[in-house]
Formats: sequence, C-alpha cells, structure tokens
Amino acid sequence: MKYEAVIGLEVHAQMLTDAKIFCGCSTKFGSEPNTQTCPVCIGMPGVLPVLNKKALEFAIKTGLSMNCNISQYSRFARKNYFYPDLPKGYQISQYELPICEKGYIEIIVEGEVKKIGITRIHIEEDAGKNIHGEDGNYSFVDLNRAGVPLMEIVSEPDIRSPREAVEFMKKLRTILRYLGVSDGNMEQGSLRCDANVSVRPIGQKEYGTRTEVKNINSFRFVEKALDYEIKRQIKVLEEGRKIIQETRLWDSDKGITESMRGKEEAHDYRYFPEPDLVPIMVDQRWIDEIRKSLPELPDIKRKRFVSECSLPDYDADFLTSERQLADWFEEAVKLGGQPKIVANWILGDLLRLLNEENKSIEESPLKPKQLVGMLRLIENGTISGKIAKTVFSEMYKTGRDAEIIVKEKGLLQISDKGEIDILIDEVIAKHPKEVERFKSGEEKLLGFFVGQVMKLTKGKANPQMVNEILKKKLSH
Amino acid sequence: MELYSLTISEARSLLDRREITAKELVNSITARIDTVEDRIKSFVTVTKEHAFHASEEAQKKIGKETKMLLGIPFAIKDNICTKDILTTCSSKILFNLMPLYESTVTSRLKEEGYILIGKANMDEFAMGSSTENSGFHITRNPWDIERSPGGSSGGPAAAVSADECIAALGSDTGGSIRQPSAFCGVVGLKPTYGRISRYGLIAFASSLDQIGPITKDVRDSAILMNIISGHDPLDSTSAPIQVPDFTSILGKDIKGLKIGVPKEYFIKGIDSEVEILVKDAIRQLELIGAIPIEVSLPHTDYAISAYYIIATSEASSNLARYDGMKYGLRTEGKDLIDTYMKTRAYGFGAEVKRRIMLGTYALSAGYYEAYYKKAQQVRTLIKEDFDRVFKKVDIIVTPTTPTPPFKLGEKIEDPLQMYLSDIFTISVNLAGVPAISIPCGFTKNDLPVGLQIIGKHFDEETILKVAYAYEQSTEWHKRKPNL
Repeated sequence: MKYEAVIGLEVHAQMLTDAKIFCGCSTKFGSEPNTQTCPVCIGMPGVLPVLNKKALEFAIKTGLSMNCNISQYSRFARKNYFYPDLPKGYQISQYELPICEKGYIEIIVEGEVKKIGITRIHIEEDAGKNIHGEDGNYSFVDLNRAGVPLMEIVSEPDIRSPREAVEFMKKLRTILRYLGVSDGNMEQGSLRCDANVSVRPIGQKEYGTRTEVKNINSFRFVEKALDYEIKRQIKVLEEGRKIIQETRLWDSDKGITESMRGKEEAHDYRYFPEPDLVPIMVDQRWIDEIRKSLPELPDIKRKRFVSECSLPDYDADFLTSERQLADWFEEAVKLGGQPKIVANWILGDLLRLLNEENKSIEESPLKPKQLVGMLRLIENGTISGKIAKTVFSEMYKTGRDAEIIVKEKGLLQISDKGEIDILIDEVIAKHPKEVERFKSGEEKLLGFFVGQVMKLTKGKANPQMVNEILKKKLSH
Repeated sequence: MELYSLTISEARSLLDRREITAKELVNSITARIDTVEDRIKSFVTVTKEHAFHASEEAQKKIGKETKMLLGIPFAIKDNICTKDILTTCSSKILFNLMPLYESTVTSRLKEEGYILIGKANMDEFAMGSSTENSGFHITRNPWDIERSPGGSSGGPAAAVSADECIAALGSDTGGSIRQPSAFCGVVGLKPTYGRISRYGLIAFASSLDQIGPITKDVRDSAILMNIISGHDPLDSTSAPIQVPDFTSILGKDIKGLKIGVPKEYFIKGIDSEVEILVKDAIRQLELIGAIPIEVSLPHTDYAISAYYIIATSEASSNLARYDGMKYGLRTEGKDLIDTYMKTRAYGFGAEVKRRIMLGTYALSAGYYEAYYKKAQQVRTLIKEDFDRVFKKVDIIVTPTTPTPPFKLGEKIEDPLQMYLSDIFTISVNLAGVPAISIPCGFTKNDLPVGLQIIGKHFDEETILKVAYAYEQSTEWHKRKPNL
C-alpha cells in the first residue's frame, strides 16, 4: 500500500524586542546567568506583568504578512505546570483567543506554488533555562531568558512531506527575518519547531493517529526527523500494529525518535484567562498603520525580480530568501548593473567568498557600487572576464575599487592587435603537432591554443580578439 | 487622651502644631504594643527600631514639608511587600521572604512620610475569615479575646482597634477588610476593583483582590484613599480613572439619597441582634435624610459557590510559584518532584491546601466548563444584579456580617460554616463595586456590629459621604475596647 504523510508544525520564534514581554529587562543573548532579571521575570511574590506593546506589534506584523485575520479582541491565558525554569509555575500565553488566526503562506515545491494554512499565531513568554551541574548533584536555573517574548505559529495539517516541511520552515524564517521580528536561528534556539505527524493510505480522507515530535533544532533535522518518523509509522502499520498517540523526542545523535510520554501522561495545563492582564484591544487604525509599514515581502519581491529583471525563478528565489541579499542585488542593479550578470556574481563568487568566512551579506567588505564599477571595466574591454575573477577576489579582500586594483596590478587587457599577433605566432610555432590535428578537423583544440595565449599573458589578452585571430591564422 | 488612640487627622494637626512630636507618637504606640500585644497578637513583625529611626527623620521634616502622613505609625497587612522588611503572608512557606521591592501602595504612603510600625497577621495567603489560619499564631479580638477578630485582615483590624497603630492597610478578596473591621469595631473600605494598584500585593485571587484602608474613623479612610488610589503603570488592571478628593465630600448632607435595602440580606441565619442594629442604622440614615427602598439582588444565593470556584482557581495558579526553588521554604526531597511535594506539604497550611486542590480540580480538563466557566457566568449575573439596582438607588446598605464576632475555634473545624461568615461581603468582590464597613452598634455582650455600605463602580465618594454622615450622627466609632 502507498502512504502519504500529514504534517502540521508548531513553530516558536523568539521576538527581537529590546525588552522582555512583561517587564523592562533586556533580552540580550549570552549574558552572565541571572543578570537580566527583575522581580517581575523571576516571579517574586506580588509582582504583576505589563505587556510590552512592541511584542504585540511584532505579532500583528507577522500575522499580516502571513495573511491572517488580526483579532481586535484577544486575551492572555495561563498555562500551568511545574518546572524550575518556570518561575511563576505558569506560563503567560494565549489560548482561546489568539492575536492572529486563519492565514497561509506559500511555498514552492518542485516548481509548484503550494499554500500552507496558518491556524493561529499567538504571543507568550519564554521560560528560563535549567543548567545541570557537572557533579550531577545540583542543577542551576538561569532566568535571563524567562520572559523573552515568543510567537507560536501553528500550521494547518497541510504539509505532505519532510521536504515541504523544510520549505515551510525556510519560508517562515525568511518572512520573520524580512520583518525583523525574529532572527530565526534554529541552531541557537530562537526558532524552534515541533511537528504533528501521521500517515494514511493514499486516497483515504480520515487522518491517521498522530504523534508529536519534539526537539527538532535545525533545518537539517526537520527533514531527517520527519523522514524517520514517517517511515516508522508506515512500518508499524504494515506490521499490522497501531500507532500510539504520544509525544516523541528526536534524538539527533541516534537519528531516531523515541517515546517521551503517552496520551495518558499528557499534561493538563489548566488554561484559564490571565486575570493580571486586561484583554488586548487592537483598533483597526493601528492594524492599518502596521500594514502600511510592512516591507515588500519575499513572494512579491520574487515575482517582481522575475518580471522586472527577467531573472530565472531559481535566481529570484535565492536572491529574495534574505532581505539584505535582495537589497544588495537591487542596489547593484540600480547603479547600472545588468540584472542577470549581477545575480551571477552574487550567487557565484560573492556568496562563495562570504561563506568561506561565515559572513552575512551585510558584512560583505565588497559593496554593490564596487561590483558595478568592475562590470563597467569588463564592458568597455578594460579587463577580461577571466581577469575580473581575480579583480573581484582582490576587491573583496581589500575593499578597494576595481580600477585601482587593475592599475596597480597591471591587469589591463591586452587589446593591441600587433601584440596579440606576435603572441599567437609564437604559440603556433611551438605546437606544430596540435596545429596539424586542428587542421585535420580537431576543432576543439581551439580552446587549447586560446589557453596557451592566456597563459603567456597571465589571462590579460582580450579573449575575443585571441579567438578571432587564432581562427584566422589556423585556417590558413 | 493617650496619643496612641489618635486618628490620622488628629495626629496630623497635633504634630503640625508642634504639640506632640513624631517620636512621642511612635513611643506611645510602641508602649501600647508592649502592653497589649501579648494578648492580641496583631503582628507578625514589629518594626520598632525602624519606627524609632523613622520618627526622628520625620520630626526633622515636620514644618518644612506638608506631607499628610509624616510621622504617623501604620500597620501593614503582611501580604503587602515592603522592601527589605520581612513579608510572610503569614505562611511558613514565606517565613524568610525579604522582598526586593516596595509595593505601590506602601511607596505612596512612604512618599507621604508614613512610619511602618509592623507587618500585621492574617489568615495564610488571606484565605480565611478568622485569622486562625495564620501559619504562625492566631490574633484575638480586642473586644473579647476569646473571640476572633475576623479575617483575613484580622491583624490590621485588631491593631487599629487595640490602638497598636494609627491606621492600617488590609486587603479584601471576599470580605477580608470589611468583616474583620466589623468584628473589631473599626472602619474598613474595600475600594472598586481597579481603583488601587495591586503591585506588591501577594496575590490570592487576582480578579478579586483589592487593597484598602482600615481606620479609626471615616475621615481617615478618605485621607488614605486620596493617597493610595489611582492608576499605576505597573498594574495593568488598575484603572486610568481620575481620582477625586475624597475628603472634600465629607460633611455634605445626604438628603434625598436613595438607599437600597436588599431583601436577600435579611433572611434566615442572620443573628437577631445584628439584624436589629442594622435596621436601627437604616432608620438613623433615614432620620438624617436618606430614603430607604427595598431592592432585590436575586443571584445572591449563588455568590458563595461562584466565589469559591473563581477564587480557588486563581489561587491554585497564583500559589504555584512557591515551589522551594527561588525563595522561601525549601524542604529537600530525593528528587525534584519530591522536593516540590515536601516543600508544599510543610509550607502550606490545611486551608491553603484545601483551596489549591479545589481550584486545581475546577480548572481541570473536562471540569473547566462546568465549574470555572459557569462560575464566571454567575459572576456576570451578580454584577448585573448590582447594575440593575444601582439604576434605582445611590447606595446599598446591608449588615457586614451575619453574626457578631464568633469564638476562636468555633468554626475552624467546619470550613463551610466559616465560608458563610462572608456571605454578605462576597458579592461585592464578584461585582467589583466598592463597599465600606462602619461600626453601627454593639450587642448586649458589648461586641461590635458593622454596617456595610455598597456603592457604584468608582463611586467611593458617595459611600464615604454616607458613612461620614452616619458616623457624625452616632458615637459608635468613639468606643474603645477595654484592654
């Protein structure tokens, strides 16, 4: 029997607000334990939460960008459970009335656009962190993270494969990063994902019994964990057994999911409306203002790059995956760069150099203006395309302009016909055998002769001229 | 007259006229505490040293600064956080809690120069009606030390009644200011929900808790309301509503004012002496110009049930933070769960545990709809009862309690009987309206009885006006227990 997977994701994204969600403490990552705390976020008796409006604004931005309805009336609720990293014994979250509902985002799978529904987006506070002591006798609690604002984004069970799940997560991260509401870093834990997974025979309407897979903490593991879990479920069914509804933990070392707790042991969180906070009332005017402030979103940008710049889908998709990358591209085009050529340089040499140093596009020492300057030198024949590669690396290394590099390093293209004639004669004289073979029809040897000329000139000879003159001389 | 028996307004004018010093006043209060505290036990912590020092500082400022409470000693209920001063909620689980911050109400009192004389005893986490649920010791009623001072603000009410302070702050979730004030023959005001910041009040039931003054007369109540009322950016449930000058309304006549007398509050179970005294008080109000009108609050019967679901649900969550991890008591067990269980088993008293269990049950999956949600619906109906009646009348008067102060030990074994002692005060918290209890006479055994005056939302002015007019026309508030 053929099976298909049904996957829904629950994504937690840390918001990039300066202050925590219910107090004024900093959200900065990586400080000494418990240095970014106050009576409110450590849950001292008698304290009260006050909502950071920025967190609400970020959630609304996200909701609008994911085509959600924004609730003009929503509420916080308490999620009750005991854990040392949860200082109040409950997490302030949203339950019955979340801030955003009923949206979708588009992903591209195998060239097709697919809509994945967003059930809801709600805001809540993060918990602290337990740190287990080395001697094994004690654990410690760091509450710096307690109260950092989170968004929980819940998808509909519209995802049908691990690949789609990865595309969904990537798109989600792209949107969050475009908006500047989250840095979407899965490895550092600012983006986390739990998955609800079930399988069913193809053609069957009803969903199968699902499991919840937790602890998926990188994009790579999204695919691996889901792949494993789907295969596991299919195997269970094929052996005539039943799927148990349970929570499973992804173990990335072993590459498997393992049962964490069954349905019976599931927590009863005893949700109820948070009495310490008044209901959230959002007026339409504010929503409209936020909508106006939204940046151009990746889908629209991608379509525009295809239509305005005639970029291939792949290039457009890649360039719009990061807002800063798209901005870099657009700036270069605005300065006069040919879109496709600019795209090639970005997707090729620039990203390779940046990746080598683990740098982001914003950290690039090479600016759009410099790329365009170099492209001009190619266009007007000052340097060859081949030399341009060297110039490009040099610009990247030194941050200096192409013209200066070309002058100082003597990289000017040789376009003097007389000079090239002499060089070609030299090459022909040196390789009589190859000349014979060429003349007897082995035309691909032309490349060999070009290469020899280039070698002599260290790549500076004008390749077009070399080609033409070589052809002429060899055919005599 | 002894200095300790002064009211705020009396002390203020004597201090300002340099007829007494702040030090003399504090000395008089501490001497009084030395004399009576053994019998009454109003306090968990007496801050004598602090008070002596503060009185010297205050004296330097008198005449230079016009601060309403400069040099005046207060008792503060022990569930209101005072920075670096032990705040226990009368619970073993917080036996050593030194708050890192000052509550908004005490910050405001501080700005006006008050002197903290002590943190007053209470039922543990404000759960109770007799102060017998304190994790440390019981408090006795100054009018009869065999009897309860009421609760949960039994400590502050007894301290005011026994002249161990000039005034006090309590908190009221279902009657915890008014019932002990009635039992101790003093004035206790539960303001409108949202009138006073709860920041720094250790929560029992967040949607019902409200801090209020316990004083020797109505004027002092108005004076304190002027100081502690108003929006606080640290409490989003505090209302951004203009605060009037509550003292300026005092002395205005109440002619033609319509007072509602709800028939549901004068039925079986009410003590006959209480009924007679309260009806006398209504006649007295009529005599000075008010017009009594019989009204109905038909959902009164459901108030206690709804209250004990909402309050315990919220409490079960509010008290989850006492887990032995961060502050307070910690009883180590063999692992995390065992530590949680031991800490909470030793740290909480029986009534607190009972309410945590009730609330946990009411919020559980499958029961939420039947209990918590239903109770919220009943709460809405009760609120609507008041809204409807307040279209016809300006205030509502009732007895504060169905009986005079009961004996210590009389009800502690029977929680339901104990819960019923709040039957007349609970609806007010559910509706969120303000109410004051003032002395309206004494039983044959010389036990005080309280009259409850209930007002519209954010209309503390009218209840203070009526309470003051009544007080001016009677002498009850001048009687002192014989200690």
